[in-house]
Amino acid sequence: MTGSRYFINILRFTLLVLVQVLVFNRLNFFGFINPMIYILFLYWYPIKENRTVFIGIGFLLGFVIDIFSDTLALHAAATVSIAYLRPTIMRFVFGINYEFQSFKLSNTTRAQQITFLALLIVAHHVIFFTLEIFSLPNLLVILKKVIFTGIGTLILCLLFSSLFSVQKE
Amino acid sequence: MQQIINFILRYKITLLYLLLLTISLAFTFQSHSYHRSRYFNSANWLSGGIYNTMERFSTYFGLGEINRQLLEENRRLRSLLYNNENKDSVELDTVALNYTLISARIIKNSYSNQDNYITINKGKNQGVAQDMGVISALGILGIVEKTSNNYAAVQSILNTKSNLNAKIKGTNYFGSLTWNTERFDQVQLEDIPRLVPLLVGDTIVTGAMSSIFPENIPIGIIKKFDLNTSQSFYRIDVQLFNDMTNLKNVYIIDNPSREEILELENDLNNDR
Repeated sequence: MTGSRYFINILRFTLLVLVQVLVFNRLNFFGFINPMIYILFLYWYPIKENRTVFIGIGFLLGFVIDIFSDTLALHAAATVSIAYLRPTIMRFVFGINYEFQSFKLSNTTRAQQITFLALLIVAHHVIFFTLEIFSLPNLLVILKKVIFTGIGTLILCLLFSSLFSVQKE
Repeated sequence: MQQIINFILRYKITLLYLLLLTISLAFTFQSHSYHRSRYFNSANWLSGGIYNTMERFSTYFGLGEINRQLLEENRRLRSLLYNNENKDSVELDTVALNYTLISARIIKNSYSNQDNYITINKGKNQGVAQDMGVISALGILGIVEKTSNNYAAVQSILNTKSNLNAKIKGTNYFGSLTWNTERFDQVQLEDIPRLVPLLVGDTIVTGAMSSIFPENIPIGIIKKFDLNTSQSFYRIDVQLFNDMTNLKNVYIIDNPSREEILELENDLNNDR
């Protein structure tokens, strides 16, 4: 049981990184929208796991994406931040329910799942594009990129999460 | 002591997060100084290898287009060859003598970020080294920034750190070529003095000030120009000849006399 869970997470990690760097980094929809679907890894990752390990994996995931896409350590900074913020966001979205032992992502309503995913994406994109552009006069450029890339990421993540449903686990 | 340990244990997650965040921010901001510290880039065996494998598959779908481009380039070069009598052949000859070319293929391209890098499938083993110029059949592309054994990361001209010497074709007025990140088909030429007569459509080529690129490699044409805030220099938008979104085959320019030039310039600076 534990073995298969490790296996599934390693498989997810590898596949999401490959899909991200080989497909979605080259999308350039409208010239600049490159959805970051690897965020799904943090969305799918088991809730009751050790937080230290989770933050470490988040950093590693971001860093691997960084190496592939020549973006210094921007993805790493953004991903490690949402890995750290995830429990706070979950408490905000699912309320006190999330503390219970029997809590499962698949038992929550669709609206809650979308809100959770959207908050993860917004936090990630705000940190990523602020660090990438890093200048106050370009605030509008940052906002434009966050909003449009965010919408793209959200739509694709929802499609992926309904394709590869976690209910079987 | 007990309290310090308790504190660390209590906030270990926050501390770990801050540590990792600091590490990633350090990587990010450290490399704002020109290629001092980019240890991590896509020109390594793992990502280079994966990109190269994918490239081998996807190349098949573009073979027709690549053939057409190569044919067009051959046609242009042949027409240059047959009309050579009419050209100022002296310049072309010296270029051929002074520089050697290495051909390569792009295995990863990007143009939508602030700092864009291109990965190519030639590296140290094939004689590629840092600070060599990279061009395509149509115009300049960038400068080699890091090399591994079989791959190299090229700083594209679509990069906020890019700064190249360029001039208006046929004159000796030169300026520096930068990118304002707004459009991936336009770069900016700055520091051209106000007294220079300019026309929309004038050709911009590389200048003679650089030891990386030969003189007169095409860059683009003037799309729009206006004066900067001090009213004494032009700010020129240059429409690139290269379609930066659709590139495959490139050439790396090696200037064997570059080391000598750099040595000379260093001596000069040391004497002062």
